[in-house]
Amino acid sequence: MNLAQLGLLEQSIFVLVALALFLSFVLLSQARLTTMIHVFAWQGFLLALLTAIVAALGDNPHLYISALLTFLLKVLLIPAMLHRLIRRLELERHQERLQKQALVMMAGAALVIFSYWVVLPITHMELAHIRNVVSLSLAIVQLGMLLMVARRQVVAQVIGFMSMENGLFLAAVAATAGMPLVVELGIAFDVLVAAVLFGVFFFHIRDSIDTLDVDQLTRLSEEER
Amino acid sequence: MNALYVMLGLPAVGAILFVAIHNTRLAGWLNIGVSAASLAASVLLAWAVMQQGSLHNDNFLVDSFNIYLLVLTTFVGLTTAIFSRPYMQHVCEEGRCSTVRMRLYHSMFQSFMFTMLLALSTNNLGVLWVTVEGATLATVMLVSIYRTPEAVEAAWKYFILCGVGIAQALFGTILLYFAAQHVLVNPEEGLNWLTLQQHSAELSPTVMAIAFVFLLVGYGTKIGLVPLHQWLPDAHSEGPTPMSAMLSGLLLNIALYAVIRVKMLTDSSLAATQHPHMAGHLLMGFGLISFLIAGLFLHRQRDIKRLFSYSSIEHMGLATFAFGIGGPLATFAALLHMLVHSLTKSSIFITVGHATHIAGTQNIEHIRGLIRTQPTVGWGLLFGVAAIAGFPPFGIFTSEFLLLNATMQSWPWLSVLLLIGLGIAFAGLFRHLHPMVYGATPEGQSAVKVNMIPVAIQLLLVIWIGLAMPAFLAGWLDQAVQLISGKGLL
Repeated sequence: MNLAQLGLLEQSIFVLVALALFLSFVLLSQARLTTMIHVFAWQGFLLALLTAIVAALGDNPHLYISALLTFLLKVLLIPAMLHRLIRRLELERHQERLQKQALVMMAGAALVIFSYWVVLPITHMELAHIRNVVSLSLAIVQLGMLLMVARRQVVAQVIGFMSMENGLFLAAVAATAGMPLVVELGIAFDVLVAAVLFGVFFFHIRDSIDTLDVDQLTRLSEEER
Repeated sequence: MNALYVMLGLPAVGAILFVAIHNTRLAGWLNIGVSAASLAASVLLAWAVMQQGSLHNDNFLVDSFNIYLLVLTTFVGLTTAIFSRPYMQHVCEEGRCSTVRMRLYHSMFQSFMFTMLLALSTNNLGVLWVTVEGATLATVMLVSIYRTPEAVEAAWKYFILCGVGIAQALFGTILLYFAAQHVLVNPEEGLNWLTLQQHSAELSPTVMAIAFVFLLVGYGTKIGLVPLHQWLPDAHSEGPTPMSAMLSGLLLNIALYAVIRVKMLTDSSLAATQHPHMAGHLLMGFGLISFLIAGLFLHRQRDIKRLFSYSSIEHMGLATFAFGIGGPLATFAALLHMLVHSLTKSSIFITVGHATHIAGTQNIEHIRGLIRTQPTVGWGLLFGVAAIAGFPPFGIFTSEFLLLNATMQSWPWLSVLLLIGLGIAFAGLFRHLHPMVYGATPEGQSAVKVNMIPVAIQLLLVIWIGLAMPAFLAGWLDQAVQLISGKGLL
């Protein structure tokens, strides 16, 4: 595979995917919720841009719709909802020091390598550079999971969840030029409903345990109390 | 096909309609009406499938595998709706649930039915993913409907764990689509199950193997396979009881159905490689571990609904294990097990709902002497648990016996583990059951108004299937076995 032989637009796909991965690492280390939401919105923007480029490269007019949908949903609507929620929950100044930060970042790096290893057997495809994109998007999914494990704050967990969704979307766009439109609309609908439900749950959790720290959710377990 | 559209349309209309109905009593009756009409439509559909074989177009597919699950889903939906009307009325009178929440409840009840029926009848693996995720979203609000700290915690766990799990399944679906695009003439059809099945031997085995692992982990979270089961006992125990009956009896089946559909593709894609049974072996491993661990956990439960949710994990583990063994006999056992487990488990949850109203608690230690306070509930629980523990002549005995036979044929030494596990589970259930049914009745415990007819019908069906399985059902299941494992049993 020689990257220099590819067209300029095709090369730009790699840059965008790599930037999206970088933003996942930024999300992982960022302490302030407000900044996390901004970073999440930027990741969504990269995704929308990438979808538009893929649409322009191939003959995929329906990808323009999904680029627009991504832009509206992930860059405008969901970040705006999250901003409004943290204002209402009075969390604008909330900072969370990540425990064992160095360890978490190392684990993140290990996950990227792991993702490459998982995708390694796919060799015979004529489009070998797609393998790169698939492994990077898998890495973004895994980093989203790591974020959810490492963070104790429900809003941060939700951002992790949504960035996982970004990774999945990236895989769909870059590897297969998007899913069929009906599936894509369905997924967008699910994400939207999930975002609304998360908002509702923030208030339920705060009302029932007076905090948004998931470490306090310990009433149900198999341990003897 | 028209019957299919009616069956899908009714719950969808119901879901919208119930948001607007303020009268809880009316909504309860209408809920029964909508569920009964969907059952009628699904029976008509089953009739059409029996006459003409499988029905399919670009969007929908009804064949012998999913038709019996469709009828089962609408049937259990109806019996649960019949149970839910007086039960939720009682809950409202206790003041645990306001009118607004009851509107949400009925609307979500029907949305849940809609997403499950669509998941079963769709021909598109992407839509299957969307609807399984939709079913999670519809039930999340139901789990937390009582708004106690425990309920909110259970719902949050359910939401996050199933959300993360199902995201893995989406990645698997994308990989599947990726593999299909290099094979199909029209890549747009790359998620169409029938098209995929025709070309499944050409799909790239390496991609399919990776995709299957992701799909199994994703949908496996919803089946409740150990160690991905953490959400299941919480969501079952804290949600309203009609919901527990539907989650246990129906939703778990649908996730397993999704895995098996994908397994069929993976198997034929991997047939020529060094590991032709990779998918089956993974299912066997996950299934057996779930079965054994859930059986052990039965012993230490204190909450009656948690007890039976662990029993669901155990039985879904058995069905998964049976599908993993493959071959006509084991597949037949697995299909039968899914059917009888759903019928029995939903009837047990209905009985448990009544029992907790009698005792006023879900704590096993305080549920005592049911058979004296209210014989119908006591006997119902006794028969239900006898059925789920695998006593003859109930249908679960039949399916477990067939599974044991199949195991002895192909993996003799695993049948030892299977027998030990069955013994552990049996003991785990009966040590709790005996005092609850026969123990000394606490002072002041009195009978409540119950409707045990759905329970009786379901348990009689299970006995009927166990004693003399009707020929049409056996024929149906055999067609499904042919579809899944390549050759029939009968």
